[in-house]
Amino acid sequence: MRETYYKPEDLKKFEDVGEFGPELAEKFFDYYGAVFEEGALSAREKALIALAVSHTVQCPYCIDAYTTDSLEKGASEEQMMEAVHVASAIRGGSSLVHGVQMMNKTKDLSM
Amino acid sequence: MIKSLKTQHHKLSDPAYQLHVLNDHSESLRNQPKFREKLEEINLYPLKPTGIEIFQMNVGYMCNMTCKHCHVDAGPDRTEVMSKETFKQCLEALRNSKAETVDLTGGAPEMNPHFRWFVEKVSALGKHIIVRSNLTILTTAPKYQAMPKFFAEHGVEVTCSLPFYNKSRTDRQRGEGTYDRSVEALKKLNAIGYGKEGSDLELNLVYNPAGAFLPGGQESLEKDFKRQLKRKHGITFNNLFTITNLPISRYLNFLLESGNLEEYMDRLITSFNPAAAQGVMCRNTISVGWDGTLYDCDFNQMLEMPVEEQAPRHISEWNELKLNNREIKINQHCFGCTAGAGSSCGGATT
Repeated sequence: MRETYYKPEDLKKFEDVGEFGPELAEKFFDYYGAVFEEGALSAREKALIALAVSHTVQCPYCIDAYTTDSLEKGASEEQMMEAVHVASAIRGGSSLVHGVQMMNKTKDLSM
Repeated sequence: MIKSLKTQHHKLSDPAYQLHVLNDHSESLRNQPKFREKLEEINLYPLKPTGIEIFQMNVGYMCNMTCKHCHVDAGPDRTEVMSKETFKQCLEALRNSKAETVDLTGGAPEMNPHFRWFVEKVSALGKHIIVRSNLTILTTAPKYQAMPKFFAEHGVEVTCSLPFYNKSRTDRQRGEGTYDRSVEALKKLNAIGYGKEGSDLELNLVYNPAGAFLPGGQESLEKDFKRQLKRKHGITFNNLFTITNLPISRYLNFLLESGNLEEYMDRLITSFNPAAAQGVMCRNTISVGWDGTLYDCDFNQMLEMPVEEQAPRHISEWNELKLNNREIKINQHCFGCTAGAGSSCGGATT
């Protein structure tokens, strides 16, 4: 019986998800690889976006992977922290902006 | 002053212990594929030279710095420097060699007392000279401050270390104040024409990761470095060479102390690139140690793995034909040169 849900060594087994469904896994990993290729956005910019999203979805595997990837792509600590703040701002902002809904409803209900 | 591993009598200053760590430190390392097996899989074993093009000389382990990643374990407390007699033997070998490039490294090569004399002699032979400068030495004593002009007079290519374009990461790896002094040296080099458009004076930077990760794409990092150094300091340069840190000496010590060794080796091994293996620098380079001993590369030199016994093992016995037929010595550290886009003293190899 496993004692924890998350184990660092499981990150290396990501591609093993193909074991229970190779066709879809292959399509996914082809797509995944293509997404991160240098394009209109640089590989470093994509790594920083992935880092920010990793924090939004709070995926420990993704945070590990895209911290390393951002460092390898030449991102500075300042850039990486700014990316996390972008995630945090959108996440916090998405709560706060619903305050308008609360205000609207309050006003609808109030005399 | 930070002491070298050797002065500390650290067990990792023993090359045999380093090789033991790389092969046997843990079950994970024992179970990793061997470099030899990976070469056999692609029919590249035994690894043979393609012909000596680069004559690399380590003129001494003395340095004004004690960088955390240094594979040489260089520092102010190291006293090994090449003697004039050995320099003369190198000149003799070069006269009879097809190698067109003489690559001077250390330590800080400028600190060798015979450095200027030797550069003048090699320059007269018409060979292309590269000096691997740590930059900060060029901001110290007046005799070193005069070096950029001396380099320019002899058309020396200057290839210098700058692990990152910001202060915090550079200083963490190479010591407090390094970034500012490097910027000062780069400005001096630019001022006399190094790295400037339309100039023949070549100025290259070496990027190596400041931690347990691999270098990213050389081309995109070069663009970043060029943009940032120009914007922040008005500095220009020719090329950026990305170099993978090899797991030996002080960098191996860092990997062990930080608990990153197994993960880093796994990363190097899983990133093995057959094309990079074809282009490893030991195939077109010979490395001469400060005492004249011949090695396949500077890393093998630090691991005290001289060229195979059948080949000439000292500069005084130079025989290019025999050296070109030697079998290159390998071990687990070699995965550092074959990971990803490959790594050499001239940067990525693929």
